[in-house]
Amino acid sequence: MTLTEHLVMLPIVLPLAAGSITLVIDERRLALKAAISVGAALLQVAAAVALVRLADESFATVYPIGNWPAPFGIVLVVDRLAAILVLLTCVLGVAALVFSLARWQRAGPRFHSLVQFLLMGVNGAFLTGDLFNLFVFFEVLLAASYGLALHGSGGVRVGASLHYVVVNLTASLLLLVGISLIYGATGTLNMADLALRWRDAAPPDRALFEAGAAILGVAFLVKAGMWPLCFWLQRTYSAASAPAAALFAVLTKVGVYAVLRTGLLFGTGSEATPSVGTPWLAYGGMATIAFGALGVLASQDMGRLASYSVLVSSGTLLAAIAIGSTPLTGAALYYLVVSTLALSALFLLVELVERGRRPGAEILAVTAEAFGAGEDEGEELEIGIAIPAATALLGLSFAGCAIMLAGLPPLAGFIGKFAILNALLVADPVPAASWALLALLVGSGMATIIAMARAGVRRFWATSDGYVPRVRAIELVPIALLLALCVALTVGAGTLIRYLDQGARALHAPGGYVDRVLGR
Amino acid sequence: MTELVVACAIGLLASSGVWLLLRPRTFQVAIGLSMLSYAVNLFIFVMGRLRLGAAPVVEAGKAANPAAFADPLPQALVLTAIVIGFATTALLLVVLLAARGFSGTDHVDGRESNR
Repeated sequence: MTLTEHLVMLPIVLPLAAGSITLVIDERRLALKAAISVGAALLQVAAAVALVRLADESFATVYPIGNWPAPFGIVLVVDRLAAILVLLTCVLGVAALVFSLARWQRAGPRFHSLVQFLLMGVNGAFLTGDLFNLFVFFEVLLAASYGLALHGSGGVRVGASLHYVVVNLTASLLLLVGISLIYGATGTLNMADLALRWRDAAPPDRALFEAGAAILGVAFLVKAGMWPLCFWLQRTYSAASAPAAALFAVLTKVGVYAVLRTGLLFGTGSEATPSVGTPWLAYGGMATIAFGALGVLASQDMGRLASYSVLVSSGTLLAAIAIGSTPLTGAALYYLVVSTLALSALFLLVELVERGRRPGAEILAVTAEAFGAGEDEGEELEIGIAIPAATALLGLSFAGCAIMLAGLPPLAGFIGKFAILNALLVADPVPAASWALLALLVGSGMATIIAMARAGVRRFWATSDGYVPRVRAIELVPIALLLALCVALTVGAGTLIRYLDQGARALHAPGGYVDRVLGR
Repeated sequence: MTELVVACAIGLLASSGVWLLLRPRTFQVAIGLSMLSYAVNLFIFVMGRLRLGAAPVVEAGKAANPAAFADPLPQALVLTAIVIGFATTALLLVVLLAARGFSGTDHVDGRESNR
């Protein structure tokens, strides 16, 4: 085993170490904690970049934990899909942490540890090649997300978190039922081994396996936020503190990833009849887009607008995965990356724009006082300087997010949607489901641009009170970083789409993955 | 016969859990979730198939025949599931108390429904 292969562990080990170290450091030494946390996040980005290159060179790198060979021990697997999603997560982690330096890290205890454990859980879920290990990483990320959803406290957050915790605990129980049914039917939990074994299962076991896979799918779809399993989402996401919500933008994508990965591995495996192409997933995805678009139109509050946009993005991905030709999967993955970046930026932005207007802001100030953090530092020691022309910069960023999410040219959102539409229309004849998805995609883009233009006009042009939010430069940096990444992905769209297209091709031909993991 | 008893027990636990989960009081929800997780833990355990009179561990110094032993993997899985379920239920209890403190009611929606 070469040194580069040990890199595979880094996106899990680094946040684990940083989270544990910041956990034992006293809460008053916030600067030290922040330095460790941001430093670890930057290292994770570096490791993730190395993984992306590694995945580009070799088809799939397998890392047996404890050096136990594949079907017996737990393996981590890096292919293109996993690598790019880990990179996306780490970038969001840096953005959220830098944003929190100005004030949110003081809103409650152990913020940095929670963020690091969340990153560990998400990275682990993307990397693992074992079904039960996937459950464990899901629990790690969920436990951290419960803490982050409560971060800043206050009645609204606690009420929303209560629903969030109960729904996700129930979904985790479904996940366990699905996993144990699959184990009972096939006798293995290694995903690659499962892909081989389920076909040979005798009829009663076969039925058990299929029931288990269906229950597993339901559990994943709860996390992905498919209608009608998504009603917990908008309240939690709009109540969560800004850096937490920015990270939550990637959590639904973990569910989407799990559906994609297990669906294609446990599918029929032939290109003609895509495995997860059960029509239900396509209908569910489309219903999610419609529900999200209606919600976006109906939202008065910008936080809710952003939360419903998460649903639109989730629904688009699920429907695209369900219709599932190889180029469509590649296009959907590109859309996944850029829409998550834009959503994350929007969640950060919403807090700045609404600052001082939302009742949550006063609660934050009160809890920060009650908690006693930053007492001796005071207001003037907030990191960074208040910048002039804040409104102009915020307005510009908001316009950028709107263009990205609505899928208007010239930014990457347009390229993502265009790639999906293009892939939908190459089939001859184009099936009815594709036409429906096409109409919904264009319609949801329309709904998004109407709602965001309305919100933008109301906040930036028609403000009668002349209120200018106090914004620190360090809070604008992560938003600018995320939007700059979107611009960079617009320019470099060809490279990324090619990369993801190869990833999608590998996903649709799982034989290579299976051979690699089982060392055949 | 053993299978039937175990299956009925799991079914009873799960159905009670689901009923309690749908009740409006937060404490009922917490108990419902606990019962559901007991049911699921038992379910994982029996997915290794019920075996009566099979030795749990290999005898020292003798060649082991895997067919004579109970499947150890579900036992390992269920331990993990129990620990995780226990921790998350504890967290739920804290959230539940905090919600009670903020809203002044133990209704899951944070306000009493009009009857």
